Amino acid sequence: MSLPSSLGQLVEEAQRLSGPLQNTIRDSIVNSIYTTAESIAAGAVTTGDPERTDWDRKIDNILTSPVWGFPIMLGLLVLVFWVTITGANIPSAMLAEGLFWIEARLTDFFMAVNAPAWLHGFLVLGVYRSLAWVVSVMLPPMAIFFPMFTLLEDSGYLPRVAFNLDRFFKKAGAHGKQALTMSMGFGCNAAGIIACRVIDSPRERLIATLTNVFVPCNGRFPTLIALAMIFVGGSVALSLAGAVATLAVAGLVVLGIAITLFVSWLLSKTLLKGTPSSFTLELPPYRRPQIAQVILRSMLDRTIFVLTRAMIIAAPAGGIIWILANTHIGDTSILAALAGWLDPFAQHMGLDGFILTAFILGLPANEIVLPILIMSYVSGGAMMELDSLAALRQLLVDQHGWTWLTALCTMIFILCHWPCGTTLFTIQKEQHRWRWTLLAVAIPTAMGIILCITVNYLAQGLGLI
Amino acid sequence: MGLTYQSTGKLANREAFDVPVSANEPVIALAGNPNTGKSTVFNALTGLRQHTGNWPGKTVLQTKGIFIHEGQQYTLVDLPGTYSLLANSVDEQVARDFICFAKPDATIVVVDATCLERNLNLALQVMEITEQVVLCVNLIDEARRRKLNIDTGALTRALGIPVVATAARSKEGLPQLLESTAKVVWKKIKPRPNLVQYIPEVEAAVSLLEPKVKALLGNDINPRWISLRLLDGDITLIKALEKFYGQQKVKSVREVFA
Repeated sequence: MSLPSSLGQLVEEAQRLSGPLQNTIRDSIVNSIYTTAESIAAGAVTTGDPERTDWDRKIDNILTSPVWGFPIMLGLLVLVFWVTITGANIPSAMLAEGLFWIEARLTDFFMAVNAPAWLHGFLVLGVYRSLAWVVSVMLPPMAIFFPMFTLLEDSGYLPRVAFNLDRFFKKAGAHGKQALTMSMGFGCNAAGIIACRVIDSPRERLIATLTNVFVPCNGRFPTLIALAMIFVGGSVALSLAGAVATLAVAGLVVLGIAITLFVSWLLSKTLLKGTPSSFTLELPPYRRPQIAQVILRSMLDRTIFVLTRAMIIAAPAGGIIWILANTHIGDTSILAALAGWLDPFAQHMGLDGFILTAFILGLPANEIVLPILIMSYVSGGAMMELDSLAALRQLLVDQHGWTWLTALCTMIFILCHWPCGTTLFTIQKEQHRWRWTLLAVAIPTAMGIILCITVNYLAQGLGLI
Repeated sequence: MGLTYQSTGKLANREAFDVPVSANEPVIALAGNPNTGKSTVFNALTGLRQHTGNWPGKTVLQTKGIFIHEGQQYTLVDLPGTYSLLANSVDEQVARDFICFAKPDATIVVVDATCLERNLNLALQVMEITEQVVLCVNLIDEARRRKLNIDTGALTRALGIPVVATAARSKEGLPQLLESTAKVVWKKIKPRPNLVQYIPEVEAAVSLLEPKVKALLGNDINPRWISLRLLDGDITLIKALEKFYGQQKVKSVREVFA
């Protein structure tokens, strides 16, 4: 006789004993524990103000109500983006002006010491300029957006969002907790994918992992916001600009969530079949956020962290792009050749070769897609002073023929394309299978290409452009 | 002399959880529901002396750290935040297995002072596995703000374990928490948990099963608790028992079922 069978005998004995109680024993045990806990708590807690404790429940009834839950959620989303977009405009312009004034002085200095042109090009027009763009385009929106997001997180609102979205994920055949991992994806997709560990079923965890990239992360938000500010907003009357840009970003986020649900549904109906498992979601009590700490933490943990990472990657990338743009084979630069090769395909998607090149070269981090694009547009070509967002608009529209459709397709592709290097590395580490990592690249990329082509041809066919 | 067979045998399972095995390095587990400020307590106690990794064989984050109290070093293990130990999820299994098989020298259960009645469920379940429990009633500042008065003396009497009120955010009560925990570790306080009494039918079944469990597995793991789990048909615990006790118990099996 070996242990498993003897343990087995013990189990049989237990089954025999619990026989008459069979189906009710677990409930009965849990019930006894609950009633004991309740009576102990009742004996130890006295409340001086019974009215107050019900506040949470009252707020919950409104924030998670079937009628008001969604309008309030959308309203808050729009409010956050509106404050970010209108608030970031002025500091962004001021930062750009200041940083490009410094660039001019740097150029003066290089001229004064008779530095070779390539050194000036590499260091100032390459490295410094991309750094300046990363800082002036990304810092102001982040400094406004992240504290507000952290505030919502701290006050306890985000779990309510998960609660509201739960039934949709259920319907899509996914796990309700995916609403939580998706919310984390707004911060960082790699973090969102690590958060997928909270989902126990491997099937549902995989669905959450593969679809996490459909919500724009920290690295992509500033680019979306910047494009919306200089473009979508810029194409209408000035007084409406902020509002239109806000709606564009909010609309894209909603689109991202819709795509998440759709792809989850598709996966659970085809590749990853199964029924969703249930779970308990506790809504934590509302807490008054510690404002000073929120600002400090979101500054240190997110703003500075994301900005530093972007700068660390942008600096060498800027240099490399400058080299690619200024190394000529025959009479075209390597960058132009690559862009030219990609251009025919990119045109179908409503983009151009340079934009697609920027996305490919931006694989290490989404933060640097826009700086790379600007770099490849500017360097080698006509040198111009980019000292404000208006100048950036001029560069894109007047010199490179962007239309609102180009901007829209670019924003869609920002939302749907392959995950960044860090995220892919994380997926590989969490799932240990190359096929899932490859699928994580293929699904959003295919989605982005299809969407861009559809939008492009639809707009052209309808004569909107 | 070094360690006797007895002591290595008892603590040997700790190796499987990647925590110190020596009796001179006490191990303390930190359990609690999510959103009770458990991590704040953990951070306040260990500061920057933390180490994160995975629980062996699980994709669940393991955070452990060390702190020094009156010249003695302790290892603090942050268990996953769970609502119960009934093994509904991997997190709950990890927490249960650690308390059950690694046998921490003390387990601190962190509860939210503002919703005690819900949080005490976990404390009651931990007390069924081990007597070495300290209750940390955290967020006491929040409770005060909501005009909730928590009588820790009444809790101590009702539960039979040391109870400390804390506000980890402002470090209030943490010295007292360390003091009580150290006393429990070094057996200067011997908690006598008042266990949950179940309905008569369940209690009758437990009293029949308990002696057999004791004979097979000894007193290492609380036989009453194992009996309860066997009665409610917890497959995951049976598997864990096989894993941790498979080899050692083959002999005693014959004595029980001969």
